[in-house]
Amino acid sequence: MTAALGALGRPVLEALAAIGRVALFAGAILSHILRPPFYLRELGASLLQIGWFSLPVVGLTAIFTGGALALQIYAGGSRFNAEAVVPSIVAIGMARELGPVLGGLMVAARVASSIAAEIGTMKVTEQIDALVTLSTNPLKYLAVPRVLAATLAMPVLVAVGDAIGIMGGWLVGITRLDFNSAAYLKNTVDFLEPWDIGSGLVKGAVFGFIVALMGCYHGMHSARGAQGVGRATKSAVVSASVLILAANYVLTELFFTS
Amino acid sequence: MITLSNVHKAFGANRVLQGVNLSVASGTSMVIIGGSGTGKSVLLKSVLGLVRPDSGQITLDGQDVTKADRDAFLARFGMLFQGGALFDSLRVWENVAFRLMRGAKALPKRDAREIAIEKLRRVGLKPEVADQFPAELSGGMQKRVGLARAIAAEPEIIFFDEPTTGLDPIMAGVINDLIREIVVEMGATAMTITHDMSSVRAIADNVAMLHGGVIRWTGPVGEMDATPDPYVQQFIHGRADGPIESVR
Ligand SMILES: Nc1ncnc2c1ncn2[C@@H]1O[C@H](COP(=O)(O)OP(=O)(O)OP(=O)(O)O)[C@@H](O)[C@H]1O
Ligand SMILES: [Mg+2]
Repeated sequence: MTAALGALGRPVLEALAAIGRVALFAGAILSHILRPPFYLRELGASLLQIGWFSLPVVGLTAIFTGGALALQIYAGGSRFNAEAVVPSIVAIGMARELGPVLGGLMVAARVASSIAAEIGTMKVTEQIDALVTLSTNPLKYLAVPRVLAATLAMPVLVAVGDAIGIMGGWLVGITRLDFNSAAYLKNTVDFLEPWDIGSGLVKGAVFGFIVALMGCYHGMHSARGAQGVGRATKSAVVSASVLILAANYVLTELFFTS
Repeated sequence: MITLSNVHKAFGANRVLQGVNLSVASGTSMVIIGGSGTGKSVLLKSVLGLVRPDSGQITLDGQDVTKADRDAFLARFGMLFQGGALFDSLRVWENVAFRLMRGAKALPKRDAREIAIEKLRRVGLKPEVADQFPAELSGGMQKRVGLARAIAAEPEIIFFDEPTTGLDPIMAGVINDLIREIVVEMGATAMTITHDMSSVRAIADNVAMLHGGVIRWTGPVGEMDATPDPYVQQFIHGRADGPIESVR
C-alpha cells in the first residue's frame, strides 16, 4: 500500500519540484532584466535570430493556415447558407487563436531547440563555467537577452502572421470561392475588433517568453555529454509546446469569458 | 594564500575528494599531479566555487571563499580550463579580451584588442589568428588562446588545467617558461595541473600529489625525487607496477 502510494507520490513530488525550479529560474531572469549591466549586443543578435529569421517559417505557416481555414469555413458555412461569414471568421480565427498558437509552436520548434542546444553545448564544454570565472553572470549574459528578445519579437511575428494568414484566406476566397475582392476585404475590416488582434499579440508575448525560458532552462541544466544536450533540446521543445497550449487555454479563459 | 582544509566532494556514489588539505602561499607556483580521474580539475573548480564542496573549508587570505563578494573574488582569478572552454560565438581576440571589455574598468575596444594581440603573441600565436573563430583553430592553438584569455587581465592568482597537453615539445617549453615568468616577474600565485613531468620541474615551486581523494604527498619540487613515497615514485617514473593500480 505505502509502496503504491510512494510510486504515485514520487512523480507528483518531482513534477512539483520541477515547477518550483522553473519558477525560480523565471523569477531570477525577470529580476535581472531591469538591473545593469545590459548586454545590448547580445540582445540585438537574439532579436535577429529569434525575430527576423523566424519570419519565413511563421509566414508560411500563416498563409497555408489562412487558406485552409477559408476552405473549411466555406464548406461548413454552406450547410446552413452562411458562406458570407468566411472573411470575418478567418480574420477572427487567425488573430485570436491560430496566429499566436501556430506561430508560437513553430517558433518553439525553431527557437527553443536552438537555444537549448547552444546553451547546453556551452554548459558541457565548460563555457558557462568560463563565463563565471570571467565575472560574467551566465543568466544575465545568455538567458536575459534571449528571453527579452523572444518576448519582444513574438508579438511582431504574430502580427505579421495574422496579416499573412488573412491574406491567405483572401487569396483562396477570390480565386477558389468566387468572393469579390473588395467585398471580402471590407467584410474583414468591418468585423475585426481591436481586441481580437490585441489579445493575440498579448498571447504572442507570453508564448515568446515561454519559448525562450524553456530553451534557456533546459540548456543551463543540460546533463554532461552529447546525449545530455540532445535530451535538453528535446525537453525544451516538448515543454515549450505543451506550456504554450496550456497558457493559450488559460489566457483565452481570461480574455473571452466574463 | 589559498588553503583547503578537509575538503570533501562526491558526485553521487563517486567520492572524489575525501578530505583534501593543501595550502599555496602567495607568489608561489604549486603543481598538482595525480592519475587521470582523481579529481584534480574538481579541486581547482571548488576553489573557484564552480563546484560546491560537500564539506570542508576553502579560504583565500584567511577569508572563506563562499562568504566573499563573488565579483571582487573572481576578479583576482584567471583560469585556463582543461578543454579550453573558448566561446565559439566570439572571435579569438574577443575571447582573450572578454574580461577587459567588461565591468567597471572596461577598456575601449581598440585598446582591448591590442592587449589581446599582445597576449596571443606571448603564447606563440600570430596576430592573424585574432580574427578567426575558435572552431577554425587546432586543439593546441585553442589551448593557447585559453591560456591567453586566462592571463589577459593580469590576475593575481592563475589556475592552469593541463596547459601543455596537446602541444608540441617546443611550444610546451614556451608555455612552461611563460608560466614561470608570470609567477616570478608578476608575482602571481599559480596552481597548475599537469601530467608532464618536465613541465612539473620547469614550473613548480611546490608539488602536491592527489591520490585516493587526499593529498598523498606535498613538498618542494627539489624533494620530489628523493621522497620514499612509493606512489610519488611510481608516478614520476611512469611505472606500470606499484601501489597505484594501472588496470582499472
Ligand atoms: N560535474 C560532474 N558531475 C559528475 N561527476 C563529475 C563531475 N565532474 C567531475 N566528475 C567526476 O569526478 C572525477 C574526477 O574528475 P576530474 O575531472 O577532476 O579528474 P582529473 O583528475 O582532472 O582527471 P584528468 O587528469 O583526466 O583530467 C571523475 O570520476 C569524474 O567523472
Ligand atoms: Mg582534469
